[in-house]
Amino acid sequence: MAEVTYDGATRIYPGTDIPAVDSLDLHITDGEFLVLVGPSGSGKSTALRMLAGLEFVDHGSISIAGRDVTLEAPQNRDIAMVFQNYALYPNMTVAANMGFALKQQGLPKEERAKRVREAARILDLEEYLDRKPRALSGGQRQRVAMGRAIVREPQVFLMDEPLSNLDAKLRVQTRTELADLQARLGTTTVYVTHDQVEAMTMGHRVAVLRGGELQQVDRPRDLYSAPANRFVAGFIGSPAMNLVDVAPSDGAVTLGTMKVDASAAAAAAATTVGVRPEHLTFTSDGTPGEVVVVEELGSQAFVHVAIQHQGERTVIVVRDEGETQTQRGDNVQLAIDGPTHLFDAEGNRITD
Amino acid sequence: MSSQRIGESKWKNAVLGILAWVVSLLVFFPVFWMVLNGFKTELDANTDPKLLFEPTFEQYRTVTTQTEGLLGFQEAFTNSFIAVITSTVLVMLLAIPAAYSLSIRPIAAWRDVLFFFISTKFLPIVAAILPLWIIARDLDLLNTRLVLIILYTAMNLPLAVWMLRSFFNEVPRELVEAAQIDGSSIWGQITSVILPIVAPGIAATALLCVIFAWNEFFLAVQLNPVDGSTVPIWVSSNVSTRGNFLAKLSAASTLATLPVVIAGWVAQKRMIRGLAMGAIK
Repeated sequence: MAEVTYDGATRIYPGTDIPAVDSLDLHITDGEFLVLVGPSGSGKSTALRMLAGLEFVDHGSISIAGRDVTLEAPQNRDIAMVFQNYALYPNMTVAANMGFALKQQGLPKEERAKRVREAARILDLEEYLDRKPRALSGGQRQRVAMGRAIVREPQVFLMDEPLSNLDAKLRVQTRTELADLQARLGTTTVYVTHDQVEAMTMGHRVAVLRGGELQQVDRPRDLYSAPANRFVAGFIGSPAMNLVDVAPSDGAVTLGTMKVDASAAAAAAATTVGVRPEHLTFTSDGTPGEVVVVEELGSQAFVHVAIQHQGERTVIVVRDEGETQTQRGDNVQLAIDGPTHLFDAEGNRITD
Repeated sequence: MSSQRIGESKWKNAVLGILAWVVSLLVFFPVFWMVLNGFKTELDANTDPKLLFEPTFEQYRTVTTQTEGLLGFQEAFTNSFIAVITSTVLVMLLAIPAAYSLSIRPIAAWRDVLFFFISTKFLPIVAAILPLWIIARDLDLLNTRLVLIILYTAMNLPLAVWMLRSFFNEVPRELVEAAQIDGSSIWGQITSVILPIVAPGIAATALLCVIFAWNEFFLAVQLNPVDGSTVPIWVSSNVSTRGNFLAKLSAASTLATLPVVIAGWVAQKRMIRGLAMGAIK
């Protein structure tokens, strides 16, 4: 049972000036499932490795359960980590892999075997305990990696893209199992992914990183409905939010000919307007446009429409629920039907 | 044919096959002839080359029992085994930690250190023999096994460090980190995680050290002319200035080759894999 706190934690790799993680402040509560998400190079993995003790902390500090572990060796942090490539010991059986950490702790053999069996039962690995990792499928290896983490009953689970080596179907299935497992065990978990869908579906809270800087940390719903800046707005959500540059004009913001709700002050500061695809709709008297692409997904379709916006051709994505009637080349008319987002010249969200 | 690639003619494959056989036979023939000569009488060995003759163990008896030279068969093999095995064990004990600190957890100036190791091989051994001899004399090490053990260890260490480093480089970084997080000490990481993975590389490296030390002639002949000398010196002692010696020498050479052949055969499977791994890197 543990809280995790990053306090101004910074990592600058030798030979570079730009921090890989730049004074990260983050508080993770006991039992929370926190997801670190961002594109590659955002510092999410570095942040996790700093917590694991695999990466030196140049400035600031990190504490686990109120204890400062900034200079503590990995083995003294009472954590368990699941690696992207699983990092199973190839020369050991599944049971030996899972029991390795317990053996290092000097636990008696019977106790070790008992805990390994218990973890194997939870993960449905009982029949594979005597196999070597090479005789397992990708999904089974992933579960062994999980098992190795849970037998230790650590204070914190660290997971570095543990699902990215699985095929798409298994990934979705394992995603739910993992979230369920975490909820049952109630162990504080820090999970790194580049996949915003994973982040949104699994995280109690999601921390978005970019270029080593924390952009926003919030519950998935809040992240989606009130992105703190332009980057988060574009990163979270699939397909991405339509982000269109607007010229400052007196007292009003328009997307094509659609008027966006905004106070005069907000309108004066806005340089970008954002609208999610589901908040646009087809109508009979809106902004005219031409359908360029239709992405048919069965239950819904994403229709790419080219409109004239401030004298330029701009493509925006509209969600059409149910079976769409639109086809490439159709002339349609659009209207805003839902919340819109405004961002200023620095990319920050403008709140009225 | 599965070995034939699309677009390649059968003829080209056949020619390449024949070429491979010719090269192999060319390399193998002197060895074959040596083994053959060892079973001949001096007369047979020194007259027209012949494949058919009455085989005899006379030469083997002579070379293993004779005492006319200073160095007997048993003494030479004992000295060689002790010098080779001790130096190889020492090399591995030193090279494994060295390779670890140059690969798994590289020290700050690992490039320089690596270059320093190989730079010790730049000096031809002939250039160093006089100082080595003087040092050995002053330390009362001439004509001892110890001096060969020390020099064979020094001779093979750079090579072993280089080879082992490239094998260690193939150990996934995450494995070592996982062991670290699992609470394993550095020693535990090496013995229970890294060594099992690099075992083929260690076998290949050790075999190479054994071969080089076993075949070493120059240092042994210079530093241990009287006592403590090794198999290569014993082989050459069968060259005599009067009378025929070709059959005798062949028998001695065959005996000298056997331990290396056996060691190679034992390590073969692992060695081939090891060398291939090194080649890809």
